[in-house]
Amino acid sequence: MRYFLHRLVQAAFLLIGVSILTFLFSTLAPGNYFDEMRLNPQISSDTVATLRAQYQLDRPLPVRYARWVSSLLHGEMGFSFAYNSPVAPLLWARARNTLLLTVTATLIAWALALPLGIWSATTLGRLPDRALSWTTATLLVIPDLVLALGLLILAVRSGWFPPGGMVSLGFERLSTVQKIGNLMWHMELPVLALVLSALPVLVRHVRAAVSEVLEAPFLRAAASHGIPRRTLLYRYALRAAANPLISLFGFSVGALLSGSLIVEVVMSWPGLGPLLLEAILARDLYVVIGGLLCSTIFLVTGNFLADVLIYWADPRIRTGAVTR
Amino acid sequence: MIPRRSWTIWLFVLAALHGIIACAGFFAPYDPTEQDREHPYLSPMRIHLMDAQGHFHFRPFIYAVQMHGGSYDQFEENTEQAIPLHFFATGVSYRLFGLVPSRLHIFGTEASRIYLLGSDAYGRDQLSRILYGGQISLLAGLLGAGLTLVIGVAIGTMSGYFGGWRDGLLMRVAELFVALPWLYLLFALRAFLPLSVSPVQAFVLIVLVIGAVGWARPARLVRGVVLSAKERDFVRAARGFGATDSYLLRRHILPETSSVILTQAAILVPQFVLAEMTLSFLGLGVPEPVPSWGSLLASLQQYSVLVSYWWMYVPVLAIVPFFLGYLGLASALQEDASTEKIVRTTAGGIW
Repeated sequence: MRYFLHRLVQAAFLLIGVSILTFLFSTLAPGNYFDEMRLNPQISSDTVATLRAQYQLDRPLPVRYARWVSSLLHGEMGFSFAYNSPVAPLLWARARNTLLLTVTATLIAWALALPLGIWSATTLGRLPDRALSWTTATLLVIPDLVLALGLLILAVRSGWFPPGGMVSLGFERLSTVQKIGNLMWHMELPVLALVLSALPVLVRHVRAAVSEVLEAPFLRAAASHGIPRRTLLYRYALRAAANPLISLFGFSVGALLSGSLIVEVVMSWPGLGPLLLEAILARDLYVVIGGLLCSTIFLVTGNFLADVLIYWADPRIRTGAVTR
Repeated sequence: MIPRRSWTIWLFVLAALHGIIACAGFFAPYDPTEQDREHPYLSPMRIHLMDAQGHFHFRPFIYAVQMHGGSYDQFEENTEQAIPLHFFATGVSYRLFGLVPSRLHIFGTEASRIYLLGSDAYGRDQLSRILYGGQISLLAGLLGAGLTLVIGVAIGTMSGYFGGWRDGLLMRVAELFVALPWLYLLFALRAFLPLSVSPVQAFVLIVLVIGAVGWARPARLVRGVVLSAKERDFVRAARGFGATDSYLLRRHILPETSSVILTQAAILVPQFVLAEMTLSFLGLGVPEPVPSWGSLLASLQQYSVLVSYWWMYVPVLAIVPFFLGYLGLASALQEDASTEKIVRTTAGGIW
């Protein structure tokens, strides 16, 4: 229990740290949303000043931070100048879509990486392992941006996939089953892009972790006792290899979030990425802060999940013999 | 030592690739910002040796383009007008490495412009833009990586060598930086910097932002090496003889970190080139008309370009050899470092 409490406190500190840092940076930023307005001759400087006062932009930093925290507690996370609405509902509508994409991609990537990595580790140096190593190396060289663009080109040229977006026109009129089908059809390509970008790193790590355990003395001893290979692999080796892999899971969430940002923009998926980009270009301060915080929350959740898993999987953590 | 050879090969390959980009002015037939409004979205020209009448020519030539009959945006080859290709031709003036003025180009034509990789919306030569764009992207990557390594090594050394509360504080911050998704971090920094700036300012800003994001990982690795190095016997001995901190760091500890730094550099440069490309692709990087690999790809965000003009994809292919080269270098360096370690530890056992 103390272990989880410790982790939670750490996560909370991370979130507070990120929010303070983004606020600090935002005061250093030259220019804000109302600067554009000031250039417009039809809007008097008094109006701009009133607006600035209304949104408290003329107050000192600690006051603004306190106001923002209190609005966070009211479930608003500040106010978007461009959308003229509280930030939280805006973010939530977009974050749902990002989550849909990243969670699906994470699950698929791991479901593929585990068997492939194990296969590679059990055939170390032989043909399947070599073929896989070459494939992962090739995928590793192709950056996210290029991968996403390449898939989009494929989609447009072949017509098998929709050219971006999340749903087709007339989505409202479809039946529930058709709606799900339509959504999945639109999801295929972005998810494929994310899976392909995450897969090589995961496969390589699974291979390294499993092959290291397979060489451990206790497994050789067990093998010489005549325990079948299959039992050895699935009962003992995988359990011993779990710890580094679960830590990797936490990290893979961060990588997938970054990848998803690019994929969303390229394939015009209405997630956090395009919202954040728009907000940056429009200097919509609180949306930027909210978006960054939102991604940090995803990340922290992913890491916390990894901590829970590792607690369950590794008895050394439970007894406090090792602190990660 | 055999493994040394493998990474020198990668180094040569990379040097050759960078050399081509560095001498973009020589390899590119035109200035990257020079427009030809008469010929937007011209498809890549074919180089011929055999003319329409079936005669063979020793000098390669291209056919001039003309408007396809009855259309306003379709071009076709005019087989009446052959334009010979000249090698080492004089053309538009440029400055080699930004210093040496020159007019020499590896190839050129006299009568009409040549577009080996097609032209873009303003009739700018795609080949020239890719070559010049590489200068921006690669330079941003190299400078960003250099900056990151300087910050990372400084922080890692301070943290590892002096320890105490500084170590605790710096490593907490480093953990924060490692944990955050790098692209969001990049966005966060870029978000709070001025948007509309001149190309030079934008370039400097991007290098600074990219350099500020990635320091945490090298810092942690360097810290690890410094921690183990400062307890080595020869360092203790040197300290016992009265060596100062700065002498110890300079002569004994920093040299130990060199292989980690080299490997990190090989990993970071392509990452940062990609970071610049991503920023420019999203319109947060170096503004038009200056080309960069990222902004060259930005036109693919328009559906019509994506569907109709396949030669606009070519910049995608340009970066692949560079990434391959750096990946090869990084893994060769890593292998080298691990064999060196084995050699060293076994040698220590014998002595």
